[in-house]
Amino acid sequence: TAALAARKTTYGQDEKLTSYEDITSYNNYYEFGTGKADPAREAVLFKPAPWTIKVEGAIKQPKTLDIEQLIKLAPLEERIYRMRCVEGWSMVIPWIGLPLKALIDWAQPTGDAKYIEFVSHNDPRHMPGARLPVLDWPYVEGLRMDEAMQPLAILAVGLYGKVLPNQNGAPVRLVVPWKYGFKGAKAISTIRFVEKMPTTTWVKAGPREYGFYANVNPQVDHPRWTQSSEKRIGAGLFAGRIKTRMFNGYDEVGQLYAGMDLKKNF
Amino acid sequence: MLRSISPLFSSPLARIRALKALIWLGACLPLLRLLVLAVTDDLGANPVEFIERFTGTWALVFLLLSLSITPLRLWAGLSWLIAVRRLLGLWMFAYACVHVLSYLWLDYSFDWPDIGHDIVKHPYVLVGASAFLLTLPLAATSSQRAIRALKQRWKRLHQLVYVIAVLALLHYWWLVKKDVTEPVIYSLLFAGLMLARWWLTFERRR
Repeated sequence: TAALAARKTTYGQDEKLTSYEDITSYNNYYEFGTGKADPAREAVLFKPAPWTIKVEGAIKQPKTLDIEQLIKLAPLEERIYRMRCVEGWSMVIPWIGLPLKALIDWAQPTGDAKYIEFVSHNDPRHMPGARLPVLDWPYVEGLRMDEAMQPLAILAVGLYGKVLPNQNGAPVRLVVPWKYGFKGAKAISTIRFVEKMPTTTWVKAGPREYGFYANVNPQVDHPRWTQSSEKRIGAGLFAGRIKTRMFNGYDEVGQLYAGMDLKKNF
Repeated sequence: MLRSISPLFSSPLARIRALKALIWLGACLPLLRLLVLAVTDDLGANPVEFIERFTGTWALVFLLLSLSITPLRLWAGLSWLIAVRRLLGLWMFAYACVHVLSYLWLDYSFDWPDIGHDIVKHPYVLVGASAFLLTLPLAATSSQRAIRALKQRWKRLHQLVYVIAVLALLHYWWLVKKDVTEPVIYSLLFAGLMLARWWLTFERRR
């Protein structure tokens, strides 16, 4: 994969990075299969270029842009973020990307835009997992407008100083570090500004298990997995678990949810 | 070739010995593979999950193998097969022990409050823990002496294996996030074995 230059930032400076090998071989990307090793194997032939993203909905006028245009909207930055999966494991990933806000400013949404919806690429011919009715394709994720404007939310186009590997969501994916990993829609093909809260893929698949907000919250247990602690990938066989922090440790997002019952709005 | 080794299997005792040796080999190889992968650091990004899945799956395989003995005996008339059922059951227990130990130790570092919480709050863990607890009396009464001492009650007690199988399968179904292909396969195998057993006993009675 090609190198990708980016400005360093102070995010996650003290964190020990998960290895490139682990980040690119242990993936949840059901379009390429439900096994963790499937995406690395099945996404080899996937073509992330050329790529056009449709931007539509509640905006002055629908637009499209390609990756070259996208990465010119703002300087690329390296952001070292913790990624907490709803399954109880976590990684530390040096993403390269740009603030989602840069795209929103460029798109000029109207006053009707209350939410933003991300639709992933859906191509059963080249995505073997998308041929199976495991999830309701295409994969849809969403954020409330103020969440999307939060400076931590980025569109990632690379990691570890390189162009984003296919299995990690090439050419462009969402990264929202205070939410569970599944919020990070991969291979985004459409970005839609909408008035109503989108019905996201995992909410559709299991409304009792997955919520729209999906904020990392050690107090709200998943029916299957403990959310009060997590296993750090790459820490070794005997490392044990570490305590999961509210909002995955990104306390600055707390004000987005002032007055909200986060147990109900999980 | 076959003729030259056939004397080896001429007597029932020799056949049983040979099959037992084969089972020991087949049961040790996965453990050996796990050990090699652990030593060479090839268990993948999430080694604990790998070990849990691996040992859980093998416990289920040996459970189904032990349940296949009776249908096989009835169908093929190989009554001597009964002699290896205990060995298969004990290997199921061995893999279940490693499975539970990897959960308690590698996953939860023997953090009992956390483990208690996990068991109580998550149905699949509760069901799995129940299945394991039920294997304990079976393993404890697997000796010839216990069989003789318990007489008819031994058979009743060891019918718990069906409960264990159902719980183990439920444990598998509930832990899977979305793709239930593998639990479906194992459940169908179990259902097939139960059906075969029921049909063959029914046939024999007629």
